[in-house]
Amino acid sequence: MKIELHVNGKFYSLDTNPDAFLLDILRELGFTSVRRGCDTGSCGACSVLVDGKPVLSCCYLAVRAQNHEITTVEGLGEEADKITEYIINEGADQCGYCGPALVVTTYALKQEIPNPTEEQIKQYLVGNYCRCSGYEGQMRGIKKYLGVE
Amino acid sequence: MNFKEVKKSIPKVDGKGLLQGKPAYTDDFVDKNALRVKFLRSPHAFAKIRSIDLSRALEIEEVEVILTHNDVPRNPITRAGQGYPEPSPKDKFILDQYVRYVGDEVAIVAARTGEAAEKALDLIDVQYDVLEPVLDFEEAEGNSAVIHPEDKIYEMFPMGFDPKNNIACSYTDTMVVGNVDKKVEESDIVVKERYYTQAQQHTAMEPHCATAYLDYQDRLNIITSTQNPYHTRRIIGEALDKPLKEIRIIKPRIGGGFGGKQAIHCDIFAAIVTLKTGKPSRCFYSRKEVFENTFTRHPMRFDVTLGATKDGIIEAIDMQLLSNTGAYAEHALTTFMVAGSKVLPLYNKAENLRFEGKVVYTNTCPAGAYRGYGAIQGNFAMESAIKELADKIDMDPTELREKNCIKEGETSPVFKVMGEGTEGIPQTMESCKLDYCIKRGKELIGWYEKYPSKKIGKNKVRSVGNAISMQGSGIPLIDMGSAVLKLNDDGFFNLLVGATDLGTGSDTILAQIAAEALGIPVERVVVTSSDTDTTPFDVGAYASSTTFVTGNAARKAGLNMKEKILEAGAKALDAKSKDQVIFEDCKVNLKDGTKSITLEELSSGLYYGYAEDMQQLIASGSNTSPKSPPPFMSGFVEIELDLETGKYEVLNYVGVVDCGTPINPNLARIQVEGGILQGIGMASTENVVYSKKGKMLTNNLMNYKIPSRKDVGKITVEFAESYEPSGPFGAKSVGEIGIDTPPAAIANAVYNATGVRIKTLPITPQKVLKGIQKLNKE
Repeated sequence: MKIELHVNGKFYSLDTNPDAFLLDILRELGFTSVRRGCDTGSCGACSVLVDGKPVLSCCYLAVRAQNHEITTVEGLGEEADKITEYIINEGADQCGYCGPALVVTTYALKQEIPNPTEEQIKQYLVGNYCRCSGYEGQMRGIKKYLGVE
Repeated sequence: MNFKEVKKSIPKVDGKGLLQGKPAYTDDFVDKNALRVKFLRSPHAFAKIRSIDLSRALEIEEVEVILTHNDVPRNPITRAGQGYPEPSPKDKFILDQYVRYVGDEVAIVAARTGEAAEKALDLIDVQYDVLEPVLDFEEAEGNSAVIHPEDKIYEMFPMGFDPKNNIACSYTDTMVVGNVDKKVEESDIVVKERYYTQAQQHTAMEPHCATAYLDYQDRLNIITSTQNPYHTRRIIGEALDKPLKEIRIIKPRIGGGFGGKQAIHCDIFAAIVTLKTGKPSRCFYSRKEVFENTFTRHPMRFDVTLGATKDGIIEAIDMQLLSNTGAYAEHALTTFMVAGSKVLPLYNKAENLRFEGKVVYTNTCPAGAYRGYGAIQGNFAMESAIKELADKIDMDPTELREKNCIKEGETSPVFKVMGEGTEGIPQTMESCKLDYCIKRGKELIGWYEKYPSKKIGKNKVRSVGNAISMQGSGIPLIDMGSAVLKLNDDGFFNLLVGATDLGTGSDTILAQIAAEALGIPVERVVVTSSDTDTTPFDVGAYASSTTFVTGNAARKAGLNMKEKILEAGAKALDAKSKDQVIFEDCKVNLKDGTKSITLEELSSGLYYGYAEDMQQLIASGSNTSPKSPPPFMSGFVEIELDLETGKYEVLNYVGVVDCGTPINPNLARIQVEGGILQGIGMASTENVVYSKKGKMLTNNLMNYKIPSRKDVGKITVEFAESYEPSGPFGAKSVGEIGIDTPPAAIANAVYNATGVRIKTLPITPQKVLKGIQKLNKE
């Protein structure tokens, strides 16, 4: 079926199966930041924003994303630079596979909850697994970005 | 010591690009038309294939090829990804008539779409003779069901390989010092306990994946998520009867490894599909396949006996070990040996030592390398037993450890007896601040205020626990790494290394080391790593080798390049010899200060200006070492335990680490923090569980629970001031040491909270509660 997606401010028309997931479509379109870590919506590595809210693109039908604004880390511009810098300054990027999803989710958190508590940050990001860093360094960087040290 | 480029936290060279989603990982480089590679896998834990009918599957138009054991070369290999001769039995064929665990590969399907490949899998008709599996590793030895009855499999050197008895390897009568039995009999205090450690899954965020293609010279190119491209090249060549010259392995960025990607998995399947079809191929494991069909940590059983005086001098240690390698024997011998060689030396006052046991096959998921690599298993057993000894003699366990632990300038007979798979090499600890790590950790956790426990409210108790650990820095005189530096015009350098950065930051720290040796800012170094065609040899990222082994290679390359710059600079400045010039601030200066030339000018002259003196400056360094200086750590945990439910939370974890000079303190700290969290996962929630028929039940991230960011409180890591003379600028490796202590530290804290000793990992609330209820009845 023909669908139209609005990704990072640009329109993409494509022909796809009705059961195609947003993850695969975004990767086909060249958004390599969207990453597959599991098949069960458990790891968070495929997180993108739909109308500013994080969703798991591995279990979100592409067709459902029509008429919505999809944002990946490629579309965050300078804000991505800022978040990235705080995380890499802690050395917490490590393998980086879960990184773009963490960056977009952190961005969404900032829009949604001004001045979050540590508990709120952890809760918001709890679905973003990381197997390398132990989370501590990520938290140090993210708290600095959010200005809630 | 005054350093400019090391002992300095700089961001990882690849960090920004990775976090911003630049194409970097294997699956970002797959040809659009690559064939999708999928697998028909055994539904049985043990069976012999009677027949395979492919006719219906081959009718699907998009299917390009289906391969069974009849279609692939039959060369026995080990997928362990180790050096050569390999210390793991060669007991694996690409495909075999026998299937030895649920999920073992039966057929490889390659199709133009993933859907077509999946459809083909459903249409393959396989008839099996189902055999009785061996699922309990304590019943494996001598079982009437023989898991490897086939011929052609062999060991490359004697390791007690006895497949007819389901024994992958055995080790007896070798690691014997003094007379353990006699000393135990004479000892005031004896601790004799049995411990079990479970299978753990690496769960790197990027699943295993590879893509292969033939290039314009018809050479087989494989881009793969591997920790060791050179071993992968050698093993794939061996399996496919291909000269190594015709194979190129490229490791792009890797989404985590932890030992799981030391092995050969997708790469060999992608390779064979591409060779058979001539077309590019893509193999990308589902998370279910990562769980079911890669490797786990070796589950182990330990019988530990300690003999000590009543004032707490440990005199005798005996460890009897049974290890379960699953269906194939990757890393069977070496993980087994590390369970002794990286545990026993911690208590080097004991003059009577024995370590022996066997590694057996079972019809379960094969075990392989996993961060900690036997040491974490042995550590749980030893450090639990040490705590029990401390309780028996009513001594603070940290003081018992301080009294008995290895110290700077000391050695242990174990280093000489036990290597990895072979005999070891004697070593004296030139850097060992373990006693400081214990002392400092106690301050950070507030040990004396909190030990052993405090009641908080009606049903809650807070308690603390401790364990100490050691690891290594590569495998002595087995691991080798190398580095090449090239000076470019505009005065920047390429650093080429075979070492494999898995997200550990090795590209960054190797650049820092090379820059420090050369005397330039690290910003002038561009790193390229892990391509068997363009970068020099390195064994790969395992055994905590990169910082120490390859780090010294990068240091040598830097020193050699400095010499070449001095020579070329002296010539450019018309000096008589290089002794008349110095290199600093990216300039070659005459010592008398009258003339100087910048690196930009010099490099430009070398490329374009110096007529017959034009040349490419290239310097290299290779390194291996008779030493493997151990990093040390003392881990402390504070938990809060609910006596009504047995549930506990990790409130605080403190790790104080001696890794010599941390080359990049931020990256070293994250290595340790991440290791600690994986160790907490192993201690508390992670467990690979099978059905009664041998089907893995924990094959997804819902049933296999790794820690989320809400599952632990605070992790605090500090480094001891320490300098390892044999390391690059004083450094030892730090990749594994963080993971070892949590299982024992948490078990000990649980005991301090409840009086219950958990001797079988993981430490679940159910086990704790059962223990509490049993105590209440007594």
